[in-house]
Amino acid sequence: MRYQPVIGLEVHVQLLTDTKIFCGCSTTFGAEPNSHTCPVCLGMPGALPVLNKKVVEFAIKAGLSTNCSITPRSIFARKNYFYPDLPKGYQISQFEDPICQWGWLDIKIEGQDEPKRIHITRIHMEEDAGKLVHGELSGPGDGSGVDLNRACTPLLEVVSEPDIRSSDEAVSYLKQLHQIVTWLGICDGNMEEGSFRCDANVSVMPVGSDTFGTRAEIKNVNSFKFVKQAIDYEIQRQIDLIEDGGTIVQETRLFDPNSGTTRSMRSKEEAHDYRYFPDPDLVPLVISEEWVESTRKGLPELPEQRQQRFMTDLGLPLYDAEVLTASRAQADYFEAGVAAGGNAKAVGNWIMGEITRSLNDSGASIEACPVTPAQLAELLKLIDNGTISGKIAKTVFEGMFRTGKDAAAIVEEQGLVQVSDSSAIEGIIDEIMAANAGQVEEYRGGKEKVFGFFVGQVMRASKGKANPSVVNELLLNKLKG
Amino acid sequence: MKISVANVEHIARLARLELSQSEKELFAGQMDAILGYVDKLKELNTDNIIPTSHAVPMENAFRDDIVHPSIGLEKALANAPDRAGSFFAVPKVIE
Repeated sequence: MRYQPVIGLEVHVQLLTDTKIFCGCSTTFGAEPNSHTCPVCLGMPGALPVLNKKVVEFAIKAGLSTNCSITPRSIFARKNYFYPDLPKGYQISQFEDPICQWGWLDIKIEGQDEPKRIHITRIHMEEDAGKLVHGELSGPGDGSGVDLNRACTPLLEVVSEPDIRSSDEAVSYLKQLHQIVTWLGICDGNMEEGSFRCDANVSVMPVGSDTFGTRAEIKNVNSFKFVKQAIDYEIQRQIDLIEDGGTIVQETRLFDPNSGTTRSMRSKEEAHDYRYFPDPDLVPLVISEEWVESTRKGLPELPEQRQQRFMTDLGLPLYDAEVLTASRAQADYFEAGVAAGGNAKAVGNWIMGEITRSLNDSGASIEACPVTPAQLAELLKLIDNGTISGKIAKTVFEGMFRTGKDAAAIVEEQGLVQVSDSSAIEGIIDEIMAANAGQVEEYRGGKEKVFGFFVGQVMRASKGKANPSVVNELLLNKLKG
Repeated sequence: MKISVANVEHIARLARLELSQSEKELFAGQMDAILGYVDKLKELNTDNIIPTSHAVPMENAFRDDIVHPSIGLEKALANAPDRAGSFFAVPKVIE
């Protein structure tokens, strides 16, 4: 029998606020354990949580950018369970009436022209739990340690409908969501540090069926690669189990990146009975139409709109437009380069080529690129007006990237001005033909491939500075004799 | 709905409470009486009443995203039954 996987994703997006969602403690990563805590996030009796307004603003931005409706009146609820990283014995979350509902993303799937629409059930605000550490404690015993710095950090949980049908679709959806939240500047997107993490609900059903199978929830998947691995493994595990006559049990499973497998989490097997109820400490959140509209007006141009504009206004091919809008900073850099007078296609090629390569090598981000967009545009002008060749431009760029100097200064310092003067080039050609009489005879005997050899020799003798088109022209004439 | 001892046991397990047999029976009766009163409330017509989540007529209490000093590590750990370095120490939790 053939099987159809059915996948829904729950993504936790950690918000880039300075403070926690319900108290003024700092959210800075990497502080000494438990140093960023107060009575609210420690769960002391009688402490009063007060909602961080920026969290609401970020949630509205996320909702509008994923085609959601913003709920006019939403409330917070207590989700009750016991775990050592949850000091209050409940997590403040939203249950009924989450802040955003009924959205969607259109994802691109490789090899398909039409995008596929993945619906978003809801986006709600909640607080994160603390962190547990095992086996690295300086104190006595072999217990676990609790660090509550992360407790009460603001999260958005983005829940998709079970519209996803393969691990590739899942990754595509996640990448698009990741791009949107980082583009909006509401999340740093760092998956290793857990700023963007995903749980996947996976089930399989016979092809043609309209009844979903029993699902397993996979936790702890913290990279795009692992999402694909975890889902593919889980699909195959469930198919094998069914084919062997077994039954899928609804359970939480943990992905193990070392083995690429998932395993049952026994501790979470106990039936989840969270006994949600409205949190009386937090008053209802009412979001006016004006608030929504002013937020909508303040939204940046989103990646898809920008891609479209790069294609229609600047004439870029789809591939270039997609790559250049991979991040907002990169798209900004590109536009600044074009605004400074650079040809759009050329600026794009340099960003996708030399700049990306140099940034990767140095480990820097494009925001910290030593070559500014205006400097790149100047470099391109030197190529266009024939001052330097395209090949030499790469040498000039290396110098610019290393020192931060302007292109003209590097060209001047290193004497890299292109030689287009015929007499100077003719002199070089004559010397090389004299030194390689054998090859000259071969060429004249009909072996035209030798031409490339001569071009190479001339370019080398001129240290790359000879104008290639002048070299070609003169060589042809001289070789013909 | 009649609250059984089994219902009480389930709720006690979720709340991590250990109850004696006589307590379970006592609470089953008390919870049953409370829910009985809720049944009484159900007699009212609430067709045009919005579900009440809060008793006070208040909305939108916000704070700005401005860092306030935390209370400090020593105070944070002062009430901890056990600590290990800067951590609260708890019995081993493994997944």
